[in-house]
Amino acid sequence: MLNIINRIRGIGILSEALPGSDTDEPRLRDIHERLHRVFGRALRIRHVDAGSCNGCELEIQALTNPYYNLEGMGIAFVASPRHADILLVTGPVSVNMEEALKRAYQAMPHPKWVVAVGDCGACGGIFGTGYASRGPVSSVVPVDASVQGCPPSPLSLLEGLLHVTRQPAQHGS
Amino acid sequence: MSLEPIALEGSRLAANVPAQHRVVDADQWTAAARQLHDAGARLLTLWGADDRDRDGVFRVFAAYLLPGRALVLELALAAGDPTYPSLEPWFPAASRLQRATRDLLGLGAGEGDTRPWLRHGGWPEDRFPLRRDVSAETHVPGVPGPYPFVRVNGDGVHEIPVGPIHAGTIEPGHFRFSVVGEKVLRLEERLGYTHKGVAKRFEALPLLEGHRLAARVCGDSAVAFSWAYCAALEAATGATVAPRATCLRALALERERIANHLGDLGALGNDAGLAFGLSQFSAIKERMLRLNQNVFGQRYLMDYIVPGGVRSDVGPRLVRPLLDEATDVERDVVALKAIYDEHAGLQDRFKGTGQLAPLTAKAMGALGLAGRASGIDLDLRVAMPWAPYGDLRPHGVLSMDGDVAARVQVRFDEVMESLRLNRLLLEQLPHGATSVSIPALGSRTTGLGLIEGWRGPVMVALEAEVPSVIRRCHVHDPSWQNWPLIEHAVTGNIVPDFPLINKSFNLAYSGHDG
Ligand code: SF4
Repeated sequence: MLNIINRIRGIGILSEALPGSDTDEPRLRDIHERLHRVFGRALRIRHVDAGSCNGCELEIQALTNPYYNLEGMGIAFVASPRHADILLVTGPVSVNMEEALKRAYQAMPHPKWVVAVGDCGACGGIFGTGYASRGPVSSVVPVDASVQGCPPSPLSLLEGLLHVTRQPAQHGS
Repeated sequence: MSLEPIALEGSRLAANVPAQHRVVDADQWTAAARQLHDAGARLLTLWGADDRDRDGVFRVFAAYLLPGRALVLELALAAGDPTYPSLEPWFPAASRLQRATRDLLGLGAGEGDTRPWLRHGGWPEDRFPLRRDVSAETHVPGVPGPYPFVRVNGDGVHEIPVGPIHAGTIEPGHFRFSVVGEKVLRLEERLGYTHKGVAKRFEALPLLEGHRLAARVCGDSAVAFSWAYCAALEAATGATVAPRATCLRALALERERIANHLGDLGALGNDAGLAFGLSQFSAIKERMLRLNQNVFGQRYLMDYIVPGGVRSDVGPRLVRPLLDEATDVERDVVALKAIYDEHAGLQDRFKGTGQLAPLTAKAMGALGLAGRASGIDLDLRVAMPWAPYGDLRPHGVLSMDGDVAARVQVRFDEVMESLRLNRLLLEQLPHGATSVSIPALGSRTTGLGLIEGWRGPVMVALEAEVPSVIRRCHVHDPSWQNWPLIEHAVTGNIVPDFPLINKSFNLAYSGHDG
């Protein structure tokens, strides 16, 4: 036990400031305020791999490492789409995942946002469309923002998340 | 039917490891399977090809691993009745490979499990997408039907369906548990959810661009797959890669191994209730990825390995930071290993959980890391070393225990060994070119690339055609062999231990689904 505590003390806090926090203060404050107003520091994300190569997943997982410390910003991943504000979708949507993705989307309460992740999620990427791939996420569910990159870096993902919450969310009819 | 023994030899096959190729007839196909099984060989993969446009037949291929070499058998199938004898009686791993080959090409293995595997009803049953007369672009919807899982009957038995979407940030797949109380009586996997049609996609790509798609078959093994593709291409075209480039490729491969093992070691601690492990290991991994960005221009080395060599050199200025990093990582991992080893709560969850006995592992044809944790002493870097592993002489890692603890131990040991190899590579980096040009293709040609990735052997079989196009490209991830192992390892355990057991294997979904 003692060696665990010593190690934690020895390493200290690695978490870094939010992207752009020293160059773009007003923008960040604005994002923070909006986040706070809408979610009260409780933005919840449901991730769905709709056919990714697993590269994008690695970078999404990296968001929770001590350097990016997503949870420290009040943003967390949840297991159920019913608890989520944002649907974070990776991959070209495979034909075999199309139905599951639609159901996850429908299970989410309003207001909600959908973020397509990676070149694949944004435009189909190297896999494109074909007998087994529907291509971009937007061909299956409405998308509010996309984060390009193959895979996108954790910083781009953070920026994408902060960016989408500045847009009007999808409201139910 | 009496089967004459056949010679398990063939003509030389262009590859980065010793490999042979032999054309057989249906009887020889079966006789060879029996002999290879008795000789202790492993079935690595099985795939098909539509050659009706060339000589009026389909073909099915089986690649086996023998001591020190690979052997590929080829069997031609009549276009009117494309069936072949099943390899399942000798090699259980053949079952899902044969089901996939039927889904994609309509080649039938006669007997055994005939349920579809990759086709979930997303395209029609009688439309075989990998046939040459089926267009790559058109999506023809099929009719999804129920999938007949094997039912377990008895007092108090009930089913728990899980997936395809799982609770965490992981890939999709379906697990059907039959349980009594908390105890798992049977697990049946259903995969194929991330099937994107990679094999068909390859056929639309120029030969010199295939490595980019190969790297994205399985993003966590990008180096292994892109190297396997380039090795196949270079063997097929007779290109010789300069020693400096092979060393830089090995450096990238070992970094990929270390990074994945570190990620898994953290996640395994977390799944067993020690969140401290996750933050510690993920921080070390993050520092490695950042150095990757500085040295190779990418956090994950998706496009570092290119036909003929590597994309960029590692200059003398960058060698020192890489060596310093190896020292830091080693120091941290040694300290964390001591903490893991002494943590009673962690060891209690690890030891005896998800046991895969060496005999079962052998019978199932287990490969790679999971195999080595269950006494299967096979690491291609040791068994058939390709350049530069012949000079590096890596030490194989082995455990006989077969539980989660053994898979943790193998990861720790392999991290240490990869750090040692990294240091050797950096200290003795040969001078010279980092890439050579690929000779133009004179005629139709084939090549094989076989690389020990962090999960196990990754294979690419490439058939190239003038003018510089991919005619057929088959990629194989060891997860094909290892997924069925989890069905065995989880039996008799409690449902709440499944995530831990599953993580201890950490198999590929996309790499498997293709
Ligand atoms: S964008 Fe790149 S990393 Fe992400 S799923 Fe597509 S190929 Fe993989």
